[in-house]
This record gives sequence, C-alpha cells and structure tokens, in this order.
Amino acid sequence: MQAFAELLDRLVLTPQRNAKIRLMADYFRTAPDPDRGYALAAIAGTLDIATVKPALLRQLMLERMDPILFQYSYDYVGDLAETISLVWETVEPDEAEVADLSLGAVIHRLQSAGRGDVRGLVRDLLDRLDGSARYAFLKLVTGSMRIGVSARLVKQALADMGGVDASEIETLWHGLEPPYLSLFSWLEGHSERPALSMPAVFHAVMLATPVADGDLTNLDPQDYAAEWKWDGIRVQLANLDGTRRLYSRSGDDISAAFPDILEAVDFEGIIDGELLVGGTARTNRATRTFSDLQQRLNRKTVTRKTIEDYPAFVRGYDLLFSREGDMRPLPFSERRAALSGLIEAASPTHFDLSPLVSFSSWKEIDQLRIAPPDPVIEGIMLKRWDSPYQSGRAKGPWFKWKREPYNIDAVLMYAQRGHGKRSSYYSDFTFGVWTEVDGKQVLVPVGKAYFGFTDAELEILDRFVRNNTVERFGPVRSVRATADHGFVLEIAFEGINRSTRHKSGVAMRFPRIARLRADKLPRDADRLETLMAMIPAGTVEEMDGDLSS
Amino acid sequence: MKADSLLYPTPKGLYCEKGGFYIDPVQPVERALITHGHADHARAGHQAVLATRQTLEIMAVRYGEAFCQTPQEAPLGKEMRIGDVTVHFHPAGHVLGSAQIAVEAEGMRIVVSGDYKRRRDPTCLSFEPVPCDVFITEATFGLPVFHHPDDAEEVGKLLTSLKQFPERAHLVGAYALGKAQRVIMLLREAGYDAPIFIHGALARLCDYYQREGIDLGPLEPATITGRDKSAFAGRVVIGPPSAFADKWARRFPEPMAVFASGWMLVRQRARQRGVELPMVISDHCDWAELTATIAELRPGEVWVTHGREEALVRWCELEGIAARPLHLVGYDDEGE
Ligand SMILES: [Zn+2]
Repeated sequence: MQAFAELLDRLVLTPQRNAKIRLMADYFRTAPDPDRGYALAAIAGTLDIATVKPALLRQLMLERMDPILFQYSYDYVGDLAETISLVWETVEPDEAEVADLSLGAVIHRLQSAGRGDVRGLVRDLLDRLDGSARYAFLKLVTGSMRIGVSARLVKQALADMGGVDASEIETLWHGLEPPYLSLFSWLEGHSERPALSMPAVFHAVMLATPVADGDLTNLDPQDYAAEWKWDGIRVQLANLDGTRRLYSRSGDDISAAFPDILEAVDFEGIIDGELLVGGTARTNRATRTFSDLQQRLNRKTVTRKTIEDYPAFVRGYDLLFSREGDMRPLPFSERRAALSGLIEAASPTHFDLSPLVSFSSWKEIDQLRIAPPDPVIEGIMLKRWDSPYQSGRAKGPWFKWKREPYNIDAVLMYAQRGHGKRSSYYSDFTFGVWTEVDGKQVLVPVGKAYFGFTDAELEILDRFVRNNTVERFGPVRSVRATADHGFVLEIAFEGINRSTRHKSGVAMRFPRIARLRADKLPRDADRLETLMAMIPAGTVEEMDGDLSS
Repeated sequence: MKADSLLYPTPKGLYCEKGGFYIDPVQPVERALITHGHADHARAGHQAVLATRQTLEIMAVRYGEAFCQTPQEAPLGKEMRIGDVTVHFHPAGHVLGSAQIAVEAEGMRIVVSGDYKRRRDPTCLSFEPVPCDVFITEATFGLPVFHHPDDAEEVGKLLTSLKQFPERAHLVGAYALGKAQRVIMLLREAGYDAPIFIHGALARLCDYYQREGIDLGPLEPATITGRDKSAFAGRVVIGPPSAFADKWARRFPEPMAVFASGWMLVRQRARQRGVELPMVISDHCDWAELTATIAELRPGEVWVTHGREEALVRWCELEGIAARPLHLVGYDDEGE
C-alpha cells in the first residue's frame, strides 16, 4: 500500500506529462503482482469495489475524536478523506498478528467484505495503515480518486514499461480485467501477448479530424470514399460467441435500452455504425431526428410502446470483427465490402448500410455537403480507401466536414446560478476546448451559453454541476472536467472572431447549447486549433497584430 | 505573585515589568531577552540583548556586529538576576542556539518556550523539560492534523527522486537558519556525500554552523557563472523558499521544486506553492509533541501563542488543564 500511496502523492503534484509517465512506469516495474494491477485499475478507473459513504467515515472519526477538534481540523484541510487520514490516532489493533497491508490484500478484503463488515474493516485498516497509505485507502474507498492522470497516460506508461506501442495496449485494454496479470506478464516478456478472451467487448473507436482550410488541397479525391455523417449517436454493436452488446462511442454499455436491436442481430461480428430512430433506407421510410432518438437515450429499461413509437436501427459504417476474425488491419474498401454483404442478409428494419456518396472533386463534395438530401445529415465523412481501422483520432485517414460549420463539441468547465425563475438552477455555463500548454493537454474556456436547452436538459446539467463541483468561487462552481470525466456540450454559434480580450484568443458570436452529448467523453471534444481554423480569412492582419503584442 | 502580573503581552511583545525587559520584542526596546535567531523573534536595534552565545553570534551574522548596543551572553542553565526577577535559559531544540527562558519571582515560574521541537536534530541541543507554573507554548502546528513523519523517510524521498530523475536539478526550499543546515545534515547521515549547492543567502549561516563544529560536508555556491548548466543535473541545490519564485530558479536544468517544511503535510499547501516533491521536515513540534509536552510538564496553566491557539486551548480544556490564548502579534511562522 505504501508504494502505491507514494505514487499517488507524487502524481498529484507532478505537472509534466513525461515525468508522470516515468513515475508510473517505474512503479509498474518494481511493484509486485497483483498490487500493480490494482493500482493500474485505481488510476484508470476500472477498479470495482464497494464504496463507503462520507457519513460513515465521519462517524468512525467521532468515535475517537472531540467534534470541535475535528471541525477545526476539517476547516483547515478542506477535504474529508485527507483530514481523517491526518488526524486519525491509531490504537493497537485487537489481533496481535501482523496483517498483510499490501494493496492487493486490502482490495481483496474490501471486495470480500459483507455489508455489515464494512464498518469494522474500515476502522481496522485505518488503525493499521499509516500516513499517506491511510490517505490513499480513504480515497479508494470513497471513490474520490482524482489524480490528474488520464487513461491514455497510464496506457502510455504501460507501453513504456514493456517497450511496446500504446495502440497495442489500447487494443487489448477492454478485454482485460484487474489485476491485469496477463498484461504485465506479457509486458515483462514472460508470456505471449494476451489473447482477447472476451471479444464481445468494446474496442476504442476510430475518429475523424475536422477539415480545416487547406487540408484537402494536396490530397487526391480518388483516394477517398465519401459518406454522409448522420445525426444520431455513434455506436458499436457486438455479437460474438453468443454475447451481444451495444456500446456508445465512449464504451458505455447501452444494451438494456435497445432490446429491439439486440434481438434482431443475426450476424456474428462487431460493427461500427450510427444509432438512429425511424425507418431504414431498406424499408423506404424516413430517418427521424435526433430529438426523436433522445426519447430512447439515457434509459435503464424501455417499454414496448416506446419501442413501437420510436423504432431504433443501426446504420452501418464499418466492420471491426467478422466471423472470420479481426478485420481492423484490412483497408476500408475491404471492410466496407464485407459489411455490405453482412447487412444485406440482416433484418431490413433494424440494419441498413450508410450509402457512399460519389464525387470527383473536392469542390463537388463541398457543394453536396452544404445541401445534403436528408435533414438528418449533419455533414460529410471522408475516409481513405486504404485506411486500416485504428482507434483514436489520427489526422489524415478520416476527415469530417460538417454541414453547419459553426458547431463544436466543448467541455463544461464552470457553471453559475441563473437569474429570475432560473435562480435556483445552475444555468449559465462556461465551456472550453482542448489545447496544449507546456506539453500538457488542458481545457481553455472559449465561451459562455445561457440558452438552447430544454427544462429537462437544464435539470440534467444542474444535477451534474451539483454532483461534480470541484471548487466554488462565490456564485460560480468549477466542475470536474478531465479527459475521462466531465460533460460534453455541443455548441452552435453564428460566427467566430479573433479576440485579444479572451484568454483563448477567440470570441464566438451568440453561442448556444445545441445538444447535450452524454454519449461523448471530454477527450473527444474539439480542440482550439479547430476553432482557430474557423476564423474567416481577412482577419489576418488583426492576427499579426495580436502576435506581436 | 500572580502570573499575569509577572509577564503580560504588550504591543511591543511579552513584557516583564518587575525585570524591565521584553522577551522576543517586535519593536526596538531598552532590554530584550531573545529565545532564538529567527527574524521574527530576533530583531535588530535593541539597546541591550540577553541571549545564548550562539543566538548572539547568529544575530551578528545576520545583522552585523552592531545589531545592538550591549550584547550579553546567557549561559545555559545559569540563574541570572535582573531587577527583582531571576531568569535562566534552557535548550529548546528548535535551531542552533535556541533556548527557552524561565522567568521567576516570588515563587512563580513562567517558562517561555519560544519555538521548540522534541525530536532529534543533529544541528542543535535537544529540548529540556523545565517544570513550571505557567508554560507558554507555541502552536505553529497546533492542530490535530499535524503529525510530522520520520525525517529519514522524508529525506529518502529526495534521494529516490535524484536517482529517478537524474537529468533534473533538485531545488530544495529551506529556511536559511536551521532548516537548511538540518536538511544538509540529514542528507549526510543518509550517506549522501556529493557536494551540495547552496544559494548565496545561506552561505554565511552555513559557514557559522561549520565553525560551531557541525560538519555539513562539501558545499558549493549555486552560481552558474563559469559552470556548465548540466553540472546541476541530478544534484541538490538548497535555497531560501523566497528564491524559488525568482528567475534564480529558472537557470537550472529542468528544476524540480522540493520544499522542506511542516506545512507540506497538507497536500493543498504543496499544490498551491507549485511544489513537486514535498518533504515534511519541521523545526516545530507537531500536535503529538505539543500535547505530550504539556502532559509531561503538567504546568498549572498553559498560555498558547503564535499559531492555532484555539485547538490547543480546547485540548487543554478536555484534559482539565487551565489554558488561554496569549494574543501576541508580529510572529510569522508561515515561512517555517
Ligand atoms: Zn523559530
């Protein structure tokens, strides 16, 4: 536990990305199994243990301590887990035998404890652990580990440790479980690369970069396929070895809300597609809008009536696995051909194929983009015919070119109480996009929006703000916003200009919240460069002026 | 006689009317008794100063020989008569030369502890418990959250980091009097024998410690001139905490901000200061030492000063010991 606790303490205070990676890689090299696997799970957010409520910790504390002295201490430190870790006065544990205080042993005790045992177990561990180990333990059991390390960073540390490419870790990741014994054994060269034992798991999706000025100039249209970008949510549908799952693009299992689709799957494999409601192209009925789709989202269960009123289907984009195996290394052209055959044979009301758009020049596709044939189209996707399916967002193989150019995905950063009838809600939202500062990916605020959402959406946002407040400054709250945790907002606006008054350097004209994107992770949000590229040419002089100031 | 007519707080500091002197006064006075050389306790410009030899010498190092008109040495343990009162000095374990001052008249003894600590420090004499009617304790770390860890473990963190990040200069912020020399000694005790680079503000005090027989090992000035920047990679550079906000820190290769202070126990404090590697090393008592000292001395009454008075007063109440806060102004141990 001690080594893990020291690692956490260092990570929290270490700003540089590379230093964090080194700290983690060194820990993984030196810590034994299964401790390092549980540490990995704790950092990557995959650890599954029963959590303890702050109220219980407070009670345990006050069994031992004067409430006034505790209050003085808590007021000073400001964090409950840290306060308790510091003020806890140990007493000799009842049993004289030496307890195993390794991280693995502590996790094991927590996982096997019954509901009624938790209180005694937490008290006993608080007594036996010391200093920073007590802190790490409390952060674990309260589920409030916040160490500023993204899942991507920890995977990079694993890659460094084993001298492999991070994409290899990414590919394996969702098929592995804590304490990751097979992964470490492979990274240390003791065994073969772990086989994907459960292939019906989520595989990180391939993402496109937005088309910016000049991006296409030197590319040959012949090398690219074009297809419509549909306005639903991106999903991954898996049916392998009898396991069926529907995942959102961030990897959330949304199977329970779409029994109609899961029942209809009669092919084996994993496909990537758009989840939509309405009629498929194969039934000649119209695709319905995103607000109709919303009737089916964020549900734990769904009624027959809702399924009938809002029939869902998947519009196929890509094929990751077929009955024959992993399709991802094959070129898009081959995957697409295989997908086409597979969908042909599948239920016509639940599956169709995203049609290709033929074009011969960039100018032609640009015109099609601006006037698409269906209102549920939000733009064009361009995919290199020879591109393999790689998770993540590499620039080049796939582009997205939106119909409405002034539309971005941003991350909620701050919220402030509204006025008048909204004064009981957090209804003024500051949002940001990613940029790199000193080698680190950080969010920079780019605008504020007060409208665009429904009352029901306001309730969702307000609840998120209250449950994810990190800091308060007067009426303003800053909310949790890291690569893997936070709220993504789709922001529409009417124009954008360069600005010296804003830290980000850009100012949006009339931004509004177009949509809540609970299906996306903050890491998928747009980057400042994308906004910069939207600034119309002709403001160049002003830009030069800014740069020299 | 009543304790609060023997010693009482005034705007200039704690005053003894019967002896006509102040203890650690914050403004120039005719006669000052000084517990130790930290700037908030030992100020220049008094007429007569009574302190231990080392404290007088440290004041001379810091302020020049003319820091007062009449310096007078107080040998440890020796009773001295000033007016109608008797005073005697005893080691406080805080920094080199630091002392508690016992003030006695008509059967009433008050011990002014100044700043003190109870754990071992290779650079100064250990705290000596002095039985008394009233014990005046500091409360810099007077909250139950403060439990200073073992020094050797904290220094171990620095040694580990030097190996883990051999390309980075490790800049250790440490108070110029006491803390810096203690950190150096702890490094030496842990077997670190490479030269340690020191900021100019530490040079004269480190020389003084060496002259007093405290072997700090090889020290070199942390100047860039005539030296390749890479000479500092993987090395320890010690400077006063104030230097770290300066351009001074930026001249070193990939500086790692290390800070040796009791405040580093609280993570938010380290975060606010941009410290990457906190070392919880303090020259003050932690909560356990404060309460253990009071329990050991069992004075009739405890007066609590500079720091978080209310928590320690509360603890005394719960233990049935009479206690009150002594509101003295002008002491700042935030730089600890
Ligand atoms: Zn002091």
